[in-house]
Amino acid sequence: MKSFDAAAGRGFAGRGSLTLAGRTRSARGRASRALAGLARFARSGSSLTVPPPLGAVPARASAPSLAEAASPARSAASPARSAASLLMTAFLLGPTPSAAQQEHPGEEVYARWCAGCHGVDGAGDGPSAAYMLPRPRDFTQALYQIRTTPSGALPTDADMLHVIDYGMPGTAMPGWRELLSSNERQALVDYLKTFSRFFDDDAPDPIDFGRAPGPSEERLAEGRELYDRVECWKCHGPEGRGDGQSAPTQTDDNDHPIRPADLTENWLFNGGGSVADIYRRFRTGLDGTPMPSYSDLLEADVATEEQLWSLALYVRSLAPEEAPRVREVVRAARTEGELPAAGSDSAWADVESFYIPLVGQIIEQPRWFSPGVDGVWVQALHDGSELVMRLTWSDPSRSPDPVWASWQSLVWNTMQPREGDAPDPSLPDAIAVQFPRSLPQGMERPYFLMGTSREPVYLWHWTSTAQAPVEALGRGLGRIEPLPGASTIRGSAEFDSGRWTLVLRRALATAAGDADRIAFPVATAIPVAFFAWDGSNGETGKRLSVSSWYYVYLDEPASPVVYAIPVGVALIAAALLFFLVSRAQRRAGHDASRAPTPALGQTV
Amino acid sequence: MLAKRISGIVLVGLVPLLVACGGDAGDGSEGGADGGAQQAPVDLSNAGSVSGTVTFTGTAPAPQPIDMSDEEQCAAAHEEQPVRHVVLTGADGGLANVFVYVKEGLPAGEWPTPDQAVTLDQEGCEYHPHVFGLQTGQDLEIKNSDGLLHNINTTPDENRGFNISQPTTMTSTRTFTTPEIMIPVRCDVHGWMEAYIGVTDHPYFAVSGEDGTFSIDNLPPGDYVLEAWHEHLGTQTANVTVAPNGDATAEFSFDAGMAGRHVPLGEPLVVRHLGHGHEGGDAI
Repeated sequence: MKSFDAAAGRGFAGRGSLTLAGRTRSARGRASRALAGLARFARSGSSLTVPPPLGAVPARASAPSLAEAASPARSAASPARSAASLLMTAFLLGPTPSAAQQEHPGEEVYARWCAGCHGVDGAGDGPSAAYMLPRPRDFTQALYQIRTTPSGALPTDADMLHVIDYGMPGTAMPGWRELLSSNERQALVDYLKTFSRFFDDDAPDPIDFGRAPGPSEERLAEGRELYDRVECWKCHGPEGRGDGQSAPTQTDDNDHPIRPADLTENWLFNGGGSVADIYRRFRTGLDGTPMPSYSDLLEADVATEEQLWSLALYVRSLAPEEAPRVREVVRAARTEGELPAAGSDSAWADVESFYIPLVGQIIEQPRWFSPGVDGVWVQALHDGSELVMRLTWSDPSRSPDPVWASWQSLVWNTMQPREGDAPDPSLPDAIAVQFPRSLPQGMERPYFLMGTSREPVYLWHWTSTAQAPVEALGRGLGRIEPLPGASTIRGSAEFDSGRWTLVLRRALATAAGDADRIAFPVATAIPVAFFAWDGSNGETGKRLSVSSWYYVYLDEPASPVVYAIPVGVALIAAALLFFLVSRAQRRAGHDASRAPTPALGQTV
Repeated sequence: MLAKRISGIVLVGLVPLLVACGGDAGDGSEGGADGGAQQAPVDLSNAGSVSGTVTFTGTAPAPQPIDMSDEEQCAAAHEEQPVRHVVLTGADGGLANVFVYVKEGLPAGEWPTPDQAVTLDQEGCEYHPHVFGLQTGQDLEIKNSDGLLHNINTTPDENRGFNISQPTTMTSTRTFTTPEIMIPVRCDVHGWMEAYIGVTDHPYFAVSGEDGTFSIDNLPPGDYVLEAWHEHLGTQTANVTVAPNGDATAEFSFDAGMAGRHVPLGEPLVVRHLGHGHEGGDAI
């Protein structure tokens, strides 16, 4: 009796199986790569004839075996033979540079531009790596997220080149298309492949993905139905904000914490945010991450390609039509009606929304390289006497939430530099909106990181535990001192399916002689900045995400003069035009009377 | 299905975590040298066997309760609180879920690949079996009996891994091409789900049952190095000699002091030579 269920072989047994030829174990590292380079050199010298008995072993394939032969634990016979053949091959090729001198054309480019993050040996462990989440790719595993090939398969050269060219949105990986020549980038692809013996084999052909169908109401509905049925929400959350029930325990294959994508931010999708990109990720999975391939659903008749396309359309529909354009000025329109009181007020749907990107604070210790909040949407309105702002941001948890305690320590233990106190699970989520204390004269503004002790800033500070926002002075990062006396701001926050919505409201005017609270004049660019803390991510104090200074601009009240001016300008312009045209005609008529009359039929 | 498996087994007050293999493996388990249509590379007419017991001394770490409250269906599938056994022991100190295989000594040649698939089932949000082996090229049939979302994420070093989704009751088939001890399997949706696959290029492997016993049968006469692998206690080896038609024995003993040590998969942490070999305790 077997220790496992040995079911009868199925008809489709073997389909989709991994078909790598039996391979020998290899020692990894410089030695084997240097030998690989030598082997490549040997192969490239194909104009010289290599005797068949030796050439029968592909030179490239034998390189790892040679490294293996040096390892006493490994069996010896065949590697030794291939080692001999390799050396013989190299010998037959005549004078060759030594292995150390034989540099791969991509090696120099790699050492200069890539090794800082990905490590000299390609193991994803460069000096900067520990400051990054997600970590840089470990090339020795040959696991690539963005592919056109099935889960577990190697990427094609084109797949690798695409990531080098365009980078990985949402990560520290930039695109190199503009920075490196085509030859350099191609050489990099070849060089990256030397880091893993898996590339002794070729990548399979790309999957035929077909083409994205056009969106329709029916397709979006079908996509939503599939989203629920195949349980995308378990990780990505019911509304796609990366807040699914399994989100707090997600780690990548190297046990580093990883967040399910916030599907409302498609511009940060690692493999691109188009419908076709999304569909490809369903089919291929993101190898090395928890995101699996859904291709088996097709074979098992659980879903059709058409349905997966509908799902891609649905996921795409969760994000804005275009990636947000960062604008310097948040416009607060003037309304003659009531200012919306709650964040859920339908009136907000008609108010222009401004995206403020936030980044981890890495200027002062303790620095923070894995911020939880990567941006906040800001809307503002005023009615001539009060300003109201609505801030909306994705956050997978309503902190403090004990479910996220292990996530917090995982992030803390993963990230460098581990500065400051270890976080604790009771930390709240928080937001601060920053203004100067008074309108600056000229371009000089207080220090953007919450001011200084000599030049403090005026803050609206909200936390998920206190709920009611407070006014405070910032005297430097993390030094938030509540203002004494009655609060002049009001606010309320709601948390729903991985998103906070916070409304803050204050009178434009301030009490006479108040030196700490800025009065909001209309038709003036008022400096404003934003800060966010995600408690479940271990953020507190100086561990936060920050913006630089922006402006908020309160529209002037609409007056009849506003409408009269364009009409007046138009009338004056028309009169001027009439005058100029008639004058030109008069002059033309005068000139014509003096010039000889062209002959009939002559073209002028 | 699950209940049926449990009923066939006398459990020592243990939940059905490892029942799928444990129940059947009490009498040892062999890889199935008789599986394929191909011929074995050597004459097996005078083959013998190796059997023995894996024991555990000391106090096993307490089982860790698994919180399945987010998956009502899975929680409901368990009559008792589901737990994760770091070390699963039976009566008389037998240690279960140890993968024992012939590491060295087999005659050269290609062993036939069994036609039968090995099934890894996902039921009650647990893998059944927890530890198992299969041969290179042999089909691994991955089955979702729960009908809710699992992903099967394998993270090998020597093979190409895969990460596939099974959001409903369905079956997928994969193979591994290269021997590897062991390949971890995990479900990222349910962080507690873990399994380990031993891939060999021959049929001589077994997984110790609840009582710690194992048996590798149909083994041609010869001198062998056996290795025993446990997910948390590391690896040990033993030298055995199988006489023609003989039944050799090999005993392995793990102790609590090894528990909790990180075991780099595929790298022996502790090597001991027992049986016909010399006594030693070299930690690597």
